[in-house]
Amino acid sequence: MQSNIECTPMTTSRRAFLKVGTAAGTALLLGFHIPVTGSAAAQARSSFVPNAFIRIDRQGAVTLTMPQVEMGQGVYTSVSMILAEELDAKWEQVALEAAPPNDKLYGNPLFGIQVTGNSNSIRAFWTSLRKAGAGARAMLIEAAARRWKVDANTCHADNGAVTHATTGRSLAYGALVEDASHLSAPQDPPLKDPAHFKIIGKSLQRLDTPEKVNGQALYGIDAMPPGVKFATLAICPVFGGTVGHVEDSKAKQVPGVCQIVVLDDLVAVVGDHMWAAKQGLAALDITWDEGPNAHVTSDTVWRQLRAASAKSGAVARTAGDAAKALSSGERLDSAYELPFLAHAPMEPLNCTVHVKPDMCEVWVGSQVLTRAQAAAAQVTGLPLDKVTVHNHLIGGGFGRRLEADMVEKAVRIAKAVDGPVKVVWSREEDIQHDIYRPVYRDVLAASVADGRIVGWTHRITGSSILARWLPPAFKNGIDIDGVDSAADIPYDIPNLRVEFQRDEPPAVPTGFWRGVGPNNNVFAIESFLDELAKKAGKDPVAFRRDMLGKVPRLRAALDLVASKAGWGTPLPARTGRGVAAQTAFGSFIATVAEVKVDENGDVHVQRIVSAVDTGIVVNPDTVLAQLQGGLIFGLTAALFGEITIDKGRVQQSNFQNYRMLRINEAPKIEVHLIASGEAPGGIGETGTTAAPPAVGNAIYAATGIRLRRLPIDRALLAVRKTA
Amino acid sequence: MKTARILNGAWQKSAAEMSYEIPPLWHTLQTQQTLELPVVNLHVNGEVKAVEAANDTPLLWALRDLLGLTGTKFGCGIAQCGACTVHVDGKPVRSCVVPIGSIGERAITTIEGIGATPPGRKVQQAWLHLEVIQCGYCQSGQIMSAAALLAGKPDPSDADIDAAMAGNICRCGTYVRIREAIKKAARSA
Repeated sequence: MQSNIECTPMTTSRRAFLKVGTAAGTALLLGFHIPVTGSAAAQARSSFVPNAFIRIDRQGAVTLTMPQVEMGQGVYTSVSMILAEELDAKWEQVALEAAPPNDKLYGNPLFGIQVTGNSNSIRAFWTSLRKAGAGARAMLIEAAARRWKVDANTCHADNGAVTHATTGRSLAYGALVEDASHLSAPQDPPLKDPAHFKIIGKSLQRLDTPEKVNGQALYGIDAMPPGVKFATLAICPVFGGTVGHVEDSKAKQVPGVCQIVVLDDLVAVVGDHMWAAKQGLAALDITWDEGPNAHVTSDTVWRQLRAASAKSGAVARTAGDAAKALSSGERLDSAYELPFLAHAPMEPLNCTVHVKPDMCEVWVGSQVLTRAQAAAAQVTGLPLDKVTVHNHLIGGGFGRRLEADMVEKAVRIAKAVDGPVKVVWSREEDIQHDIYRPVYRDVLAASVADGRIVGWTHRITGSSILARWLPPAFKNGIDIDGVDSAADIPYDIPNLRVEFQRDEPPAVPTGFWRGVGPNNNVFAIESFLDELAKKAGKDPVAFRRDMLGKVPRLRAALDLVASKAGWGTPLPARTGRGVAAQTAFGSFIATVAEVKVDENGDVHVQRIVSAVDTGIVVNPDTVLAQLQGGLIFGLTAALFGEITIDKGRVQQSNFQNYRMLRINEAPKIEVHLIASGEAPGGIGETGTTAAPPAVGNAIYAATGIRLRRLPIDRALLAVRKTA
Repeated sequence: MKTARILNGAWQKSAAEMSYEIPPLWHTLQTQQTLELPVVNLHVNGEVKAVEAANDTPLLWALRDLLGLTGTKFGCGIAQCGACTVHVDGKPVRSCVVPIGSIGERAITTIEGIGATPPGRKVQQAWLHLEVIQCGYCQSGQIMSAAALLAGKPDPSDADIDAAMAGNICRCGTYVRIREAIKKAARSA
């Protein structure tokens, strides 16, 4: 179904804008360049292309291809730093470009596909990028040595040139391009001793930020292919519902409206600009077939989840005899619950598509580039090589852009449109048709004796996102993400059992959200640890510390944060400190939050201190920034975040009722980095995981009230209960 | 002042350069003059720009979709997040709720032009020096709000910063650095 109507004559300048991803004055090239791959190296006579990540031209300019997408985490810079370090490139000569979709060349080694997520860019690519840089360096040295007819071992590379120390001869990389191109890449090039790192470990200026202060940076939503039209959409508000009838006579009268596209599950209006499309959409009278989910409410969701959590699940880890141990010592039972959450990235979902008979072109910011390409291929029926995807900077991912639904919907709309069309979701659609952080219920029991935990059971009930998203990773009923940080709980507990009970909520689609599995588990475990410390009559820091003998890196972080936060020093009334410790994402982090709870039950988070051991750090300032931002993201969830369901639809719609932490509510944040020579850990999601339990424990310290559900319920914390 | 005809020509040149097929529909539409929309002159970053759109069109969409100034961002559409902040006569406004017909000849400054003002330049420099930015999507709006704050209050207190910046949401959580950077910009010459 679709109706075409006459469009406003094109007399304004909008189609004059062809934006390509170059910005004068910066070393950054984004998005619109297809890199030459290793197999195509032969054709690139003018460049030295030792592998899929590095290209050096005769002028010595080094272009690095980014396998991971930049969404604020600084990965363009840190990936470039790793490559440039081992390549011994001149940092000022480094430019970068986004990789095209290609799992083979640019797949994340931990996933096997081109994914940016799970805080693992540096962990996953650490060795392969170093080898790529080191291999190229070895070839350039070899090329110079052959030119000089000397032993390669008597030459070294530094700052974009090869030098023969004994004679003082030196050749810049640009002069070696042709010679090096004829050499074959070494199989296992030697890597630098980290003690000799010159770039890694320095807080370098990020490569992507200069064009983010002046409006030049291009996100997916900024794509402007010539002739582009603008569309916005309404998806059936009830999950799984379809379009019934569309009365469009008024919409056709809206100036600038060009076309109304009616699909099974959604209606889109195409206009000369977004306002025309929005006005047109508002003028439509749509009757929906709400389908079988119209009765689903939050109550339905929670009843189902709680019932499921009463049944035993698949055993993810067992040690000793947990059941027997629970009957000794003093036993405590508790359960914790987390709500649905939307991602709400500041850049609303969008995707620009041009479908032609024999090809399809897509402009988008995606964490899963090859999946974006595959979605477009599937909808159009075109082979993959006829689908070009231009990846862009991402205006906030947080897991939402690990899905390709925005691409699939945009391509379906674009199939009905003649010419390129930019489909931009309103904030309301973005929040009401998210793929949500699942609801979780964690049922825990433990017994303590002599100040230590002797028995422990933990049953996690919730979605298996991996079962949908990466099915081979869901095995024997265990979701390895769902039990992450729970099956590998850092505390020394002799008898334990950790179970996963998969339960998919009715109607509501669920997906990854910043902090993924550990978000849930660290909240439940660290809240429960506090309850057990009280049961054991011990200080929360001392209680944890005494069970961390086998994890000295976390114990050191705990000691440092206790010292920096002034743990144990007096605080005013209704003010308290809470601690949380975690080993999530390969990083060892301890956090103390200090909160004041006012008489109305409002929680004021005054200060957060974190101590972090994340192994070798590539760009220290980026690590600090990720912790600071991750903590704020977690605070927003703990204080405000909840998506509720009524009549099969999401009740929140925009920032007035899906609240975000603002600058006046942000605490002071201190992050202390612990020097380490261990392999790098992940960092992007760690703060988000740390904040909620630390705040919950601080609220307990301030009020004596234990909150076992998020977001915090002010009514429970108010001194004077209102009627 | 640029005319629509010249700009049309520029578009066709761009399309040709990119060897884009110009879809037949657009050819048809270009010759049809069925709907007459008002021409609104906007004074943007020191230039007069003509847009053809209804008077109630929010400035945000005129800037982004009709003038190609995509540095100003869409975040919520209801003046709740501040991503679309621009200046009108030096005052910060949420361009998603300002109709183009209400602006007249008042001066509009966007993120693309704010670097030409002393407070704007200082804010941009402080933002880079303290590496405030993460994803950057909200930062056009943050910088516009901060520049307006410093233009009116060269030495803002924490309370001034809260009042001026609380309308700008940053989902990456860069607030700690935004506060520092505003203070740094205020101290810089």
